[in-house]
Amino acid sequence: MSAEGIRSRQFSCLRKILERAGPVCHPDFEPSAEILNFISNDCKVLVIGAGGLGCELLKNLGLMGFRDIHVIDMDTIDLSNLNRQFLFRRKDIGKPKAEVAAEFINKRISGCNVKPHFCKIQDFDEDFYRQFSIVICGLDSIIARRWINAMLVSLLVYEEDILDQTSLIPLIDGGTEGFKGNARIILPGMTACIECTLDLFPPQVTYPLCTIASTPRLPEHCIEYVKLLQWPKENPFECSIDGDDPSHIGWIYEKSLERAACFSIRGVTYRLVQGVVKNIIPAVASTNAVIAATCVTEAFKLASSCCSTLNNYMVFNNVDGVYTYTYEAEKKDDCFVCSPFFRVKYMDLPHDGMKLNEFIEFLSGLQYQMKNPGIVAAFAERNRTLYMSGVPSIEEMTRDNLKKSLKELNIINGTKLIVTDVTRPTPLEIVIRFSEINN
Amino acid sequence: MIQLFKLKKNGETATKGTTKRSSAAQLRITKDINELNLPKTCTTKFDDPDDLLNFKITIAPDEGFYRGGKFTFSFRVGPNYPHEPPKVKCETPVYHPNIDLEGNVCLNILREDWKPVLTINSIVYGLQYLFLEPNPEDPLNKEAAEVLQSNKRIFEQNVQKAMRGGYVGSVYFDRCLK
Repeated sequence: MSAEGIRSRQFSCLRKILERAGPVCHPDFEPSAEILNFISNDCKVLVIGAGGLGCELLKNLGLMGFRDIHVIDMDTIDLSNLNRQFLFRRKDIGKPKAEVAAEFINKRISGCNVKPHFCKIQDFDEDFYRQFSIVICGLDSIIARRWINAMLVSLLVYEEDILDQTSLIPLIDGGTEGFKGNARIILPGMTACIECTLDLFPPQVTYPLCTIASTPRLPEHCIEYVKLLQWPKENPFECSIDGDDPSHIGWIYEKSLERAACFSIRGVTYRLVQGVVKNIIPAVASTNAVIAATCVTEAFKLASSCCSTLNNYMVFNNVDGVYTYTYEAEKKDDCFVCSPFFRVKYMDLPHDGMKLNEFIEFLSGLQYQMKNPGIVAAFAERNRTLYMSGVPSIEEMTRDNLKKSLKELNIINGTKLIVTDVTRPTPLEIVIRFSEINN
Repeated sequence: MIQLFKLKKNGETATKGTTKRSSAAQLRITKDINELNLPKTCTTKFDDPDDLLNFKITIAPDEGFYRGGKFTFSFRVGPNYPHEPPKVKCETPVYHPNIDLEGNVCLNILREDWKPVLTINSIVYGLQYLFLEPNPEDPLNKEAAEVLQSNKRIFEQNVQKAMRGGYVGSVYFDRCLK
């Protein structure tokens, strides 16, 4: 049998969907044999992450007829991955996930060509990302999600302020945490992007040291106290904490119970101690399977236009029974990432008496969630570096600015600031507007 | 609904008019500097924190032939950055096969292998590597390269001599030990 013959049998189920019309098809759908050819030969898909979701995504894509697939992952395989990351075996421990996953799929699904990249997404530039038709993310990092989101937005081309749709690369994003998951479709520039809905990701919980040290209220506070303060002081095993060592966890558990008793706090359990110390988010194979299946179904619908796609955010929860809900996340008109580049981005601040360190806290807060913003003021005559925390020599020279108000730093209504952060591939240019000017 | 099949079928992707905004070099270097993540053997020095285009980076190798030395490089970032690499010069006279006596540095990513996706961080790691693994195959200082190739012990002694301050052959080197 010819190669094409084998393939047409391999995908006979897909052909039933793509070559026949039906009552649930999209009204504009025109069945044809061309569509499977497009999926197999022209539709280049990038999968980011070859972990729990990534393994499922790659398998599903291969079985749904996609053949030109790239996968990026910067991690190597660990023993604890093997229960759910089913493309990996014990002999693969220590090898790059992307490479082992690609090799497995290419061997198992005939005709499929997965190209692995063992590196960070930040190692590639616009020209690399521009080659794809669809990008699917199975990531555990919010920073990486935000980065790829902003990257895809930066590829958009506008002609006379109208978006040129051929420059658009849809982003399908899957995420899981224990028994909960979500899948969403982002059409950069058209529908809500990651940054439009940033408040869906609460900042990672860290507790202020003063609370931990003097006014604990939660069992977690007690555990953090033992972990951060009591362990280094008493150093019971003369080494740093090993979350996998039961005697270490046992010691922290006992001390946390003692501290909790002092403050009449209940709820310290051995499992909670393990969770807090190791920062564990349990991974559940079935959740990954459901979310990856949703993501790839959506990729198939996007590539074939056979059905309407998810609009645009699906949440899934199988803690008690199975629950799903889909809603339309709203695009923010003034989103700093996905509103068109030619539109000036304004940042509204309450008043110009705001100190620079308060401004940095504001950027790190729920609304913008930046990690280490570096701030430069673009004055007409020259740029002025206001603060950068990461470079010791500059930090030292600009530290005094932190206590100054924006007014003292000559920032007035209309001043342009350049803000860079790890959550973005390119710096952000914003124009400051104050609601109130102090005289 | 977006018709990906129709849009991408011809393999056409819009690339023209990709956004070039004001002083791309300035924006990009701001990001590079803010995200510098240097090993503890490296320090930066900015004469003027407002001028991110000109600065110095000092490398003090903690292993290899050059352990104990301290070498300062000047970086000049031009208006075409990141499409062109920055100009990097070694300001400390050094006896090294890939650095000549004028301070020119032979590092692939500073010339033929430069790509805009590389950053100042990548260059510093490249320079650090030059001190760990001097490469006699591609020399700028031919004499040093020949010595390295023929006799590692003499090369090591020459490096020590130069770093302590003194003559290697007819060339005088300033002291650059920490």
